[in-house]
Amino acid sequence: MGVFVKVEVNPEKCKEAEKLVEICPVDIFAVKDGKVVVVEENEDECTFCNLCVQYCPEGVKYTKLY
Amino acid sequence: MRLYEYESKMLLEKYGIPLPKRILVKTPEEAAKAVEELGGKAVIKAQVLTGGRGKAGGIKIANSPEEAKKLTEEILKMKINDFPVVAVLVEELLNIDKELFLACTYDEVAKQRIMLISDAGGVDINEVVEKDPSRVYREWFNPFYGMMAFKAKKMADFLKLPKDADRALQSVIMRLYNLAVDYDTTLAEINPLVLTKDGKIVAADAHIEIEDDAMYRQQQRLEGMGIHDRPSTPREPTEFEKLAEENDMSDHRGVAGRAIDFGGSLGCIIGAGGGSLTTFDAILRYGGNPANYCEVGGNPPVKKVYGLAKLVLSKPGVKGLLVCHNVYSNSRVDLVARGVIKAMLDLGINPAEYPVVYRGAGAFEEDGYAILRKYGVRYYDRRLGMDQAAKLAVEMLKLIEEKEKEGKSLEEAQKEVAQYIKTEEFVKKVLGEEVAKKVLEGL
Ligand SMILES: Nc1ncnc2c1ncn2[C@@H]1O[C@H](COP(=O)(O)OP(=O)(O)OP(=O)(O)O)[C@@H](O)[C@H]1O
Ligand code: SF4
Ligand SMILES: [Mg+2]
Repeated sequence: MGVFVKVEVNPEKCKEAEKLVEICPVDIFAVKDGKVVVVEENEDECTFCNLCVQYCPEGVKYTKLY
Repeated sequence: MRLYEYESKMLLEKYGIPLPKRILVKTPEEAAKAVEELGGKAVIKAQVLTGGRGKAGGIKIANSPEEAKKLTEEILKMKINDFPVVAVLVEELLNIDKELFLACTYDEVAKQRIMLISDAGGVDINEVVEKDPSRVYREWFNPFYGMMAFKAKKMADFLKLPKDADRALQSVIMRLYNLAVDYDTTLAEINPLVLTKDGKIVAADAHIEIEDDAMYRQQQRLEGMGIHDRPSTPREPTEFEKLAEENDMSDHRGVAGRAIDFGGSLGCIIGAGGGSLTTFDAILRYGGNPANYCEVGGNPPVKKVYGLAKLVLSKPGVKGLLVCHNVYSNSRVDLVARGVIKAMLDLGINPAEYPVVYRGAGAFEEDGYAILRKYGVRYYDRRLGMDQAAKLAVEMLKLIEEKEKEGKSLEEAQKEVAQYIKTEEFVKKVLGEEVAKKVLEGL
C-alpha cells in the first residue's frame, strides 16, 4: 500500500486487464497471471486522473490516505 | 563558457587592446626561462577558471628566474575554489599608477548590453563599490545603434584621466565592446585595466565568458585559436551531485535534480530554474549557508522528488530543510509534498520534529497542505514570498547552531527549533508583526 494513496482493483469486475495498464499514466496497474493487480511501489504516484475509474467504475477505487 | 586569462587575452590582443608581454608556461623550468626573457622580473599568474586568484595566492611577483621556478612549482600544485591550476602565465611586471575596472556584460532587465567603468579596479573592487556605488559609471547600448564614440567618451571622461590616457581608454572601451558583440560574450571584463606610471593603458587581467547558447556559432573560430569547449563547472562532480544526476535521469518526466553541492547546513529543495536561483540568492543574501542548489519543476514523479529529498536530507552536515516552490514551477504541490514526506519517513525522521520551512503554492495545493498537516509540518502558502521563506529558513538554521553552541546535541537542537519555528513568535521576530499576521492567518 502507498503512504498517501491506496488503489484497489477487483479483477473480477475489470476483466480487460491490459486496458487498465494502458490508461494509467503512472503505471499503477500490471497484469499477473492474466489478472489485473496493483503495483504497490507505484501507488504513491497516483495523480487522481480518474481514468481508471471512468473505465471500470465498479472495479477500481482509489483513496487518499490523508 | 569561461575562458582562462591567457585565452581571454588572446581575444583582447586580436582586438588591439594593449597588453603586457606574456608567456604561457606549464613547468617551473619554462617559467624560469620566461622570466629571463622578460628581463629577470615578472608576475607569475595561476591560470584557473575561477576568480580571486590574487587573494588566494595565485598571483606572485618573481624577482629572479630562480624565484619564478619556485613560485611556479607551488602555484601549479594549487587548487583555487576547487579548480585546478592548469598553467602559469609569466607576465611583464607593470609599473602601476592606477588600477581601473572596465567590463561589458548584459543587462537582463533592459535587454541591452551594459558597460561599467570604475577607478576602483583591483582585487578589492567588490568591497569598495559596495561601500561607494558612485564610483561606478554605467552606460547602456541599444543594439540598433551599437557602440557610439560619444558614449565611449562619456565613460572615459568619468575617470578624469590625463588627455592621452583618456584617448587610449576610449579606444579600449570601443574595442572591448566590439569584441563582446562579435564573440557573444556574457562577460568581458578587464580588472585591473592599468594606467601605468608612463601614462599607458594596459589590460593586466581579463575575464571573458561566452554565452553557452551561442557556442554553435563561436566554437569553430575559438577552436581555430586553440580554445576548446569545456563544461561550465570543470571540477569533478561530487558524489552527491552524481547521485542526484542519476536520480534525475531515472525518469524522463520533470526535473528533480540539477543539484550542486555547496557543503553548508541548509538543505534545499526548491522549485523551478528561475525560482531556484532567486531563492538561492536570497539565502545567501540573508547570510545562510546552503548545503546544495537544486531545481524541481515540470511535475517530476513522486519517486524523483523522494530520491532527491533523501539525498539532501542524508547529506553530511545538513541540519534543516527549506522546501520552496512557486506557482510557476508547474509542479503539483501534493506530489512534491509526497516525495519530501516519504523521504523523511524512510530515513526515520519524524516530519513533525524536523526543522523545515515549507512554502508551496500551485496546483493541488489543498492536497499538499493536507499531507503536510497530517505529518505535522508547518507550511506556508503563496502569501509568504519565496524571499521571506528563505529568510525564515536562514534564521531557523541560526537557531539550531546557537543551541548546538550552548552544548545541545544536534538532535535536541533540531527538535526544539522544529517546535519553536511553528510559533507565531518566530515568524513575527523574523518577518515583523504585519507580515506574520498576513502569512499565518487561517493556516
Ligand atoms: N602584469 C602585472 N604587473 C603588475 N601587477 C600585476 C600584473 N598583473 C596583475 N597584477 C597585480 O595583481 C593583482 C591581481 O591580479 P589579477 O587581477 O590578474 O588577478 P585577480 O583579480 O586576483 O584574479 P581574478 O581576476 O581571477 O579575481 C592586480 O590587481 C594587480 O595589482
Ligand atoms: S487515478 Fe489515474 S493515476 Fe491514479 S490509478 Fe487511476 S489511472 Fe492511475
Ligand atoms: Mg582580476
